[in-house]
Amino acid sequence: MLDDLRELYQEVILDHSRNPRNFRHPGNANCEAHGHNPMCGDMLTIYLSLDEDGIIQDAAFEGKGCAIAVASASMMTQILPGKTVAQAEKLFSSFHDMCTKEDYEPFDTDDSNGEDEDAMERLQMLSGVRQFPIRVKCATLAWHTMKAAVAGDGECPLVPVSTE
Amino acid sequence: MLNKEKEEMTKATNVVEMTAGDNSMSAFDVERVRADFPILEQTVYGRPLVYLDNAASSQKPRQVINAMSEAYETYYSNVHRGLHNLSQRATDGFEAGREKIARFINAGSDDEIVFTRGATEAINLVAATYGRAFLGEGDEVIISHMEHHSNIVPWQMLRDEKGITLKVVPIDDDGNFLLDEYEKLLTPRTKLVAVTHISNALGTITPMADIVRLAHDRGALVLVDGCQALPHMKVDVRALDVDFYAFSSHKMYGPTGIGVLYGKSDILNTMPPYQGGGEMIASVSFEETTYKAAPHRFEAGTPAIVEAVGLGAAVDYLEALGMDNVAAHESGLLAYATQKLSAVPGLTINGQAKEKAGIIAFLMENAHAHDIGTIVDRAGVAVRAGHHCAQPVMDRFGVAATARASFGLYNTREEVDVLVEALAAVRELLG
Repeated sequence: MLDDLRELYQEVILDHSRNPRNFRHPGNANCEAHGHNPMCGDMLTIYLSLDEDGIIQDAAFEGKGCAIAVASASMMTQILPGKTVAQAEKLFSSFHDMCTKEDYEPFDTDDSNGEDEDAMERLQMLSGVRQFPIRVKCATLAWHTMKAAVAGDGECPLVPVSTE
Repeated sequence: MLNKEKEEMTKATNVVEMTAGDNSMSAFDVERVRADFPILEQTVYGRPLVYLDNAASSQKPRQVINAMSEAYETYYSNVHRGLHNLSQRATDGFEAGREKIARFINAGSDDEIVFTRGATEAINLVAATYGRAFLGEGDEVIISHMEHHSNIVPWQMLRDEKGITLKVVPIDDDGNFLLDEYEKLLTPRTKLVAVTHISNALGTITPMADIVRLAHDRGALVLVDGCQALPHMKVDVRALDVDFYAFSSHKMYGPTGIGVLYGKSDILNTMPPYQGGGEMIASVSFEETTYKAAPHRFEAGTPAIVEAVGLGAAVDYLEALGMDNVAAHESGLLAYATQKLSAVPGLTINGQAKEKAGIIAFLMENAHAHDIGTIVDRAGVAVRAGHHCAQPVMDRFGVAATARASFGLYNTREEVDVLVEALAAVRELLG
């Protein structure tokens, strides 16, 4: 019983959920969005500071959620600074595939640079959710919200995430 | 009735005979009850299924499944229309479901039982007909702080449409309904009090007799959300003197897709129709349509025929076991589980009202409700984790989500032990 669960609740994830990084409301954020998973009531606000070139200078968050949702948000805010919006969205796409697809190949180097590979390696920690399809929404809430923030949507009522 | 079904009914009746005058745990043969529920025989993740999500929906006994299969296989047809044999038999089966419900809750007549899609539609029906016709600007509707969204949102929609005032009865930190505060909210403008009989999020049993008496003293009607009460205790709508009582079949061991609005005849017959269509009319011309009396006035279109048969079978099943026996069994489980769960380090029970039903919502240190739900699931234990469609009461306690174990008549103390063991795994994994 505990093997799959240990895979899901790895030490790194528990550490991020207990001591979330960048858990704050930065004064200089110029993009933010509120993400809500109506199924469970998890709520996250993501704050981003984008410079003129569309590069994310700072990422932070506040909110409440399960261990997976909080850990994922915490890890995301560490990964995003220095990335362009396009890179961030591409990472989300790869991360989503990693969370949902059995045949996901972790390091498709065709079009990713070394930095993204490194980010994906860190996000690999969350790939345990694949065995828990209902929890994919928890792992991706922060990323959906980030996407809404850069798109200027403000609100991000989470649409059910396909687990196909 | 099939011979097999008769045999099973007799078997269930025997349980009652065995327990006559004796409400002790040993007399209620839970193992025989469990044998009636095919779904409980399975394992999940290699562990025997422990189903503790009964407040969300209950499982179905073979007697209900068989009654519905029998209807489809032998006498299914549309109701109230055909002159043919099948239509007569289908109508008899459908209306027998109504009679059984009327008897079960001690309604004054079968005509006081309106079939709906569920409790949600039953409440919406009252808001859309009684509410629209008789409530206006400044009239007050009183609800409580622990209502399910289905007993909040319809009144907010009515508020936005008609300008009524919505008032909320507070609860204390244990989840008790505050009768004194409620009394203060009642005014001559109060037209309707809409409260739950048992809170799905806290397990609180509300003081319904007092709630009704105080409302009637002020000339207000009372609507009760009885979803959590019907499957777990004897409910007598006339003894309570409630004006409306709403509940769902699927939480009381019957099928999904059907529920009931009980309403006093004299009130129902003053209310305008809900939806227009077939079944609900007396006569139709392009100039004018006249409507049938209740309950048919509120049942436009082909109803949930076989579901009514199934609900009737669920009532037969509960009556054969005896609601007092069911209530005693679940009350024993609640006491046992409360004691066991209270002993789990770091666990807090949310909702410790003086009068409680078999629902335990809880929080654990270092573990979000979702993480608890996922971990105990792997031990075969089904609990609900979330806001239980009652966000205002969650806000009242400053929590976004709780885990909730809710008991049914087939649950056992051993299953409570499995839950407690699984919670030890939560602590082991999440510390």
